[in-house]
Amino acid sequence: MRRLILATAIVALSFSAVPAAFAAEAMKPTRQSWSFAGPFGLYDRAQLQRGFKVYREVCAACHGLKLVAFRTLASPGGPGFTEAQAKAVAGEYRITDGPNDRGEMFERPGILSDYIPSPDPNEQAARARLNGALPPDLSVITKARSYEVGFPGFIFDAFKQYQESGVDYVYAYLTGYENPPAGVTLSDTQFWNKVYPGNRTAMRPPFQKDQVEYPDGTPQTVEQYSKDVTAFLMWAAEPHLEARKRIGFQVMIFLLVFAGLMYFTKKKVWSAVH
Amino acid sequence: MSGHSTYQPQSRFMKWFEARLPVGALIHSSFVAYPTPRNLNYWWTFGGILTFMLAAQIVTGVVLAMHYTPTSKEAFDSVEQLMRDVNYGWLFRYVHANGGSMFFLAVYIHMFRGLYYGSYKEPREVLWILGVIIFVLMVATAFMGYVLPWGQMSFWAATVITNLFSAIPLFGNAITLWLWGGFAVDQPLLQRFYSLHYLLPFMIAGVVVLHVWALHVTGQNNPTGVDVKSDKDTVPFTPYATVKDGFMLVCFLILYGWFVFYIPNYLGHSDNYIPANPLQTPSHIVPEWYFLPFYAILRAIPSKLGGVAVMFGSIFVLFFVPWLDTSKVRSAKYRPLYRQFFWVLVVCCVGLGYLGSQAPEGGFVLAARILTAYYFLHFLVILPLLGLVEKPRAVPSSISESVLKGSAPAAAGTRAPDRNG
Repeated sequence: MRRLILATAIVALSFSAVPAAFAAEAMKPTRQSWSFAGPFGLYDRAQLQRGFKVYREVCAACHGLKLVAFRTLASPGGPGFTEAQAKAVAGEYRITDGPNDRGEMFERPGILSDYIPSPDPNEQAARARLNGALPPDLSVITKARSYEVGFPGFIFDAFKQYQESGVDYVYAYLTGYENPPAGVTLSDTQFWNKVYPGNRTAMRPPFQKDQVEYPDGTPQTVEQYSKDVTAFLMWAAEPHLEARKRIGFQVMIFLLVFAGLMYFTKKKVWSAVH
Repeated sequence: MSGHSTYQPQSRFMKWFEARLPVGALIHSSFVAYPTPRNLNYWWTFGGILTFMLAAQIVTGVVLAMHYTPTSKEAFDSVEQLMRDVNYGWLFRYVHANGGSMFFLAVYIHMFRGLYYGSYKEPREVLWILGVIIFVLMVATAFMGYVLPWGQMSFWAATVITNLFSAIPLFGNAITLWLWGGFAVDQPLLQRFYSLHYLLPFMIAGVVVLHVWALHVTGQNNPTGVDVKSDKDTVPFTPYATVKDGFMLVCFLILYGWFVFYIPNYLGHSDNYIPANPLQTPSHIVPEWYFLPFYAILRAIPSKLGGVAVMFGSIFVLFFVPWLDTSKVRSAKYRPLYRQFFWVLVVCCVGLGYLGSQAPEGGFVLAARILTAYYFLHFLVILPLLGLVEKPRAVPSSISESVLKGSAPAAAGTRAPDRNG
């Protein structure tokens, strides 16, 4: 019994200090509902197409998407453009190619096998253009951001299949701009964001109402733009998500049936010796 | 692998082949006729699961290696290319990355099972030591594998761990430079880690062969810890153990699949999707979950050299467990005190894991120090003393008796187990 008390004391001791560690200054993102969450989640094609439009008209001024090929815009499980549409989109970009047979680099219109070109040729060029700040490439940004869930929430998340901490963060960041608290002065290149670690971010609030035109009548709000572009970036980071979940379900059904058969086989085999 | 084989080849070809290389007899005596204690519970199925995991990691790893470029400029993007443009590349990578976690989950269960049932005691000391060697190799392999995607956590994990060697007196800095192949963590280190990450799994496979060999010489331990005494105590490996291992393996695969298909990045760290940047240190450098207890131990000690020594010591001490445990009774089932201390140790290790994930400040450091001290106290003081002061319960006189009479205390039970291995 004394050992049990000792055990309890050790457990209590190791967990009693927990709350102090979460005194972070940045606000935690609120969880959004996403069409691609859960075991049967699918991307909303219209949302991805709107998100791509927002990316092209707003984000692409500073952020690259270098791992995404134009052909994937027409791939299954993606934004659902037709091949002709994807070709047309690619053709609107200028790609540097070469060297040609005179040894010179040249520009040509993009084709399906090209990757989306980045706005700046290199890091130094981006910094020189943008007051020293480096806008990250957005290809895997929704997997490269997250927030601390803490104990015991992170255990429940494994059962709830919560894998959207990245998109929840990105959405909260895009909509998290507000006036700095009284007494805080910001320089011209700093903006106050309630979820950004340290709160001072170098990106100015990217969206305004009615900035990007949605022909399908979707509300043209900052929240909607943020939601759409975040969903699009989730697809950019995880283009095979739909196939993964579909195959996953098939694998699970197979394994459950297999486990059942193995269980009864085991029972039958062992019945002789028990 | 021991004893005379009863294998009778059926076909003419097999008779011809068997006379030249008796591989059929080896397989038959090791995995078909091999007698296993009839009272093994499901905790004994993790050896088979681990063998499967090693094979799965090697197969998926070989495929990943076909598409991976071990250069500091291209490593990150080559992994992403694999995820996007290679047919089922995402599947291979997620199976491999989560496979590491599943491998460690299984090996920890396997090791704690050994500790609980005294599977390291005479005559299985060598078997246990080989197991600890496999674990050490696994740690090295997993660490180097984590470096290969060359994300922020990869880079900084490599930096932190290789810097540990600089704590060695006199030669520390020279050794660190030699490991790096330069003056910082960069291309040469990535390339040699890739080479070693490909090599070590085959060394693991070699030691696994020795581990299984040693197991088949001494025979398996069992939940009572009593030696096998007659044929009534055992059942043939096939079909009994095969079907039981198979069932548990499929259950384990369901858990594995849950991670691979639904939450593939849950066990990883989001910072590792940021390409390595030597000029920007992440706010918290944390290893994968399976190294967190060791990380907590490392940071609990205020001196660098001390931390490194104690961290390596926490694995090193496992080599001596067969001699640190002085009790003559193997199974914790019949050791009322040890059984409680065993669970305290489990809680201690989980607690260290949690502390390893937190920033090393305030109460966390104190808690980590207490738990680190307790970890060593368990092995170096409690384990030797318990054998002297503890009064074990009556041990059944045979395995078949314990199975047939359930867990009721045996009237004719003897205290000390028979020890003719």
